[in-house]
Amino acid sequence: MLLIRCPYCEEERPELEFRNAGEAHIARSANIAGESDDDFEKFFFIRSNPKGIIYERWRHIHGCARFFNAVRDTVTDKFVMTYKAGEPKPSKLPGAAK
Amino acid sequence: MSGAFRIPAAGRLKQAKTARFSFDGQSYAGIEGDTLASALLANGVHLVGRSFKYHRPRGILSAGAEEPNALVQIVRDEARKTPNVRATVQELYDGLSANSQNRWPSLAFDVGAVNDLASPMFSAGFYYKTFMWPKAAWKSLYEPKIREAAGLGVSPDRPDPDHYSSRYAHCDVLVLGGGAAGIAAALAAAETGVRVILADEQAAFGGSLRFESGARIDGQDGFAWAQAAVAKLAAMDNVRVLPRTTAFGYYAQNFVGLVERVSDHLKTPGHDLPRERLWQVRAKRVVLASGAIERHMVFANNDRPGVMLAGAARTFLNHYGVAVGRNVGVYTANDSAYAAAIDLKKAGVNVAAIVDLRDNPTGPVIDEARALGIEINFGRAVIRAGGKLRVSSMTVQPKNGGGERTIPVDAILMSAGWTPSVHLFSQSRGKVAFNDETRRFVPGTYAQDCVSVGACNGTDGLSATVDEAYAAGAKAAKDSGAKAAKGAKPKVDASESWSRGMLGAAPGAGPDTTVKAFVDFQNDVTAKDIRQAVHEGMRSIEHVKRFTTNGMATDQGKTSNMHGLAIAAETLGKPIPEVGLTTFRAPYTPVTFGSIVSHARGPLFDPTRRTAIHPWAEAQGAVFEDVGQWKRAWYFPKGGEDMHAAVDRECVDVRTKAGLFDASTLGKIEVVGPDAAKFMELLYTNPWEKLEPGRCRYGIMLREDGFIYDDGVVGRLAPDRFHVTTTTGGAPRVMNHMEDYLQTEFPHLNVWLTSITEQWAVIAVQGPKSRDIIAPLVDGIDMSDEALPHMSVREGKICGVPTRLFRMSFTGERGFEVNVPADYGQAVWEALWAEGQKHGATAYGTEAMHVLRAEKGYIIVGQDTDGTVTPDDAGLDWAVGKKKTDFVGIRGLKRPDLVAKGRKQLVGLKTKDPKVVLEEGAQIVEDPKQAIPMKMIGHVTSSYWSQNCGRSIALALIAGGRDRMGDTLYVPMPDGVIEVEVTGMVFFDETGGRLNG
Repeated sequence: MLLIRCPYCEEERPELEFRNAGEAHIARSANIAGESDDDFEKFFFIRSNPKGIIYERWRHIHGCARFFNAVRDTVTDKFVMTYKAGEPKPSKLPGAAK
Repeated sequence: MSGAFRIPAAGRLKQAKTARFSFDGQSYAGIEGDTLASALLANGVHLVGRSFKYHRPRGILSAGAEEPNALVQIVRDEARKTPNVRATVQELYDGLSANSQNRWPSLAFDVGAVNDLASPMFSAGFYYKTFMWPKAAWKSLYEPKIREAAGLGVSPDRPDPDHYSSRYAHCDVLVLGGGAAGIAAALAAAETGVRVILADEQAAFGGSLRFESGARIDGQDGFAWAQAAVAKLAAMDNVRVLPRTTAFGYYAQNFVGLVERVSDHLKTPGHDLPRERLWQVRAKRVVLASGAIERHMVFANNDRPGVMLAGAARTFLNHYGVAVGRNVGVYTANDSAYAAAIDLKKAGVNVAAIVDLRDNPTGPVIDEARALGIEINFGRAVIRAGGKLRVSSMTVQPKNGGGERTIPVDAILMSAGWTPSVHLFSQSRGKVAFNDETRRFVPGTYAQDCVSVGACNGTDGLSATVDEAYAAGAKAAKDSGAKAAKGAKPKVDASESWSRGMLGAAPGAGPDTTVKAFVDFQNDVTAKDIRQAVHEGMRSIEHVKRFTTNGMATDQGKTSNMHGLAIAAETLGKPIPEVGLTTFRAPYTPVTFGSIVSHARGPLFDPTRRTAIHPWAEAQGAVFEDVGQWKRAWYFPKGGEDMHAAVDRECVDVRTKAGLFDASTLGKIEVVGPDAAKFMELLYTNPWEKLEPGRCRYGIMLREDGFIYDDGVVGRLAPDRFHVTTTTGGAPRVMNHMEDYLQTEFPHLNVWLTSITEQWAVIAVQGPKSRDIIAPLVDGIDMSDEALPHMSVREGKICGVPTRLFRMSFTGERGFEVNVPADYGQAVWEALWAEGQKHGATAYGTEAMHVLRAEKGYIIVGQDTDGTVTPDDAGLDWAVGKKKTDFVGIRGLKRPDLVAKGRKQLVGLKTKDPKVVLEEGAQIVEDPKQAIPMKMIGHVTSSYWSQNCGRSIALALIAGGRDRMGDTLYVPMPDGVIEVEVTGMVFFDETGGRLNG
């Protein structure tokens, strides 16, 4: 069971308290009603599914209930870092986690 | 005397404590402290099972968890019949009863052994080939027969009466393995004061010190030192010592699963004791001290009972005081088996000969064996074992060929060397590295905060092991935050040391032979099978494993892995590291479902939610149904009514008089804040800004893809306060959906969301008399139609307690939903019930509720919709705000497929024969005479008998359904085709006049 650091609680808590909520940094258009089919397809259906670093949303559902973002390596299943919802995608990641 | 093969002067068990036991109905005597295996051997019993595929007679190979052969069924009582218990692990208790497996009619005469003669049919991968033709026979003949014959043991057929427990634990240093290495590491860590857990799978700590008669530490016999050291550790406050505890899985971030066998060794376990306890441990540092497992020699008939690992024979002698034979032979490729020969010889057992594959090895153990007068043959091989139910001889030949010589023996002790047990290290995602010099895989690159010490790290010799382990324990403690240690490192005074050995098939079992030289005893895999797999095109060791089943089942590569790999590598002509090692998977040894499930079974499997009104319904004799975690009153049978009669009566009563219904399970969310209306505009398809306080609206929630996600009536209590209801099952996900958008997409909105499902009990009072029932109990609310019209809400008091009184209807009748604080739920219900009795009101359950709503064509999300239904499909397009510029799903609704013609639409269905009730889920076709597979154009989503309509009614999703009004369609069923007519969705009171009384 993974330990995940909640950026709001500022504490590592067991995976059981959290729920994954899909890929992060996929913005919903302010003018979504006017979006083209292609743009809506990208927004709603297309996900990166990378081998390696993924930016994803998690919710501390059985804790503070906040949504936040996390950087995880899909190969090692290790969390590189977590940060609050709304904060920009980190441009630099901390060195490989232990 | 506890067995003819017990040597009173040997071993550590106290002869006084006899334990009687039975095996296959035969009674024997053992000693407390025995394992079932040592007690059987003490009585001269080697034959303990039949093999899985060939039904060959099998004996006890090992003295530990790696045992592949001696799997037995332990029978405590009718419900407690545990199969596949390793006799080498099961501790003896007085009265133990065990049976052998895989044999019929008896162990000595087993009909299934004909498989051994027919073995060419059962070679590697046989099940992929032999049973392929004729095709139809697979299902009718081969599969049932194979399933009957395959498998190990027989599952118990009654519910498990034992209980299991589960604990979480945290520690600084977790030490796995309680041999010399583990104990030394634990001592070093514990002395610093950090929290330590030390676990070992055996009942007694000591590991190899159980048999290493040459080991002396701190001036004591090695095993005695281990007991003293563990007693010292157990007395420390910061240390938890767990015997009989197997670390079965190493997971992410130093999370380790252990199973403690709490009472399997007790004659009569107390009721307060669990059978097993699951430990889920999170450790800052892990020290792996899992030791090494001895390999067997791969030669013809190496599976005959009496052929066993040399280290095991030594354990049986030195720990249990049992001689595994009277005239033993030894077959080895390394030094360690010499120690077994020496110990047995000194105990008075005749050692017929040592056969050593090596050419001219030298060393102190060899000199000692020679000095004891044991015959030693270098450069020779045992090319076959004689005997059937028990080994009777070994045939020896120079390893490069030459004259054979047969030596009578009653046991063969073999050792091909020791394989470091890297299972847990590998499970931790560490990468193993092959050491070319010692020809073994040892821990290479670490993936987690752990360290391997001793034999599992490829460290040879007790002295080096203790040094390494003590230093590693101290470092692990320091790394987890400890100060310096205060203790002293144990001093090794004398030790044994060996390494090397051989991998693969021994001479006489080479590629040019067809003998049965077993690599994996448990799965009946021979050297020939491995070669055959390669010849048939398997190149990867993972494929070889699956084709041959080598190393599968409980073995998990413990004894078979390296031999199988070496034979595959040789056949492929590649070096071992290039062929690679198969992945080690959890569990290390089998784990019971009981320990994993623990208390989470029966009523404790999932929480049960009961409403405030539940006790009343129970007292009335309601029949309940499960709706998610909720128990809901399904119907209220009266005077011997069946469900059908009860539901018919309830439905009629509601429409003619009134009915009370417990709607407390309805999901309820309060949306509060200055931007509450804006938020509602975004989350629901409907317009909300202009909804006046005191009014309600039926809301539809979509997902971004445009499909219906939930629905419910929403009341606006104040400009900044909405009381939102959701479907019973949808409450948690709707809350999550709302929070998601509020927190991440619309965080600028000043809104709070609160789940109030459990805070408000909800009593639906429906029917023409509903107002008459409620009005006398209400304070401060004008109940007239003008003041409180359909779809409105007021706050006031009922029976003196606060209420949110909704005028709304899920029945099509004049109706109210009385929300009161849950604590008053039952009291208010009882007051309403008493008032209702004056008007002939009934209590109705969920079944009647379903029928009544279907009579009106009201949908249930999740029953009449399935995640691919739009508001328009459901006939609810009117609820989508056409002037709105944004709401979740607005763009999805415009997707080409969602606006295309021919979508499935919700319509009503009437069977041509009004008495026929359709089956929910039944498929609908246009032409019942068309060829199979027919074109299905839709399915029935809801179907009931409606007493109020005097006929059956149904809702269905049908392609282009609204264009088919009046059409006849067909529902083909196994016993005939049902004709139906497509209709509108409202079957009762089409004008809706009854809503207003």
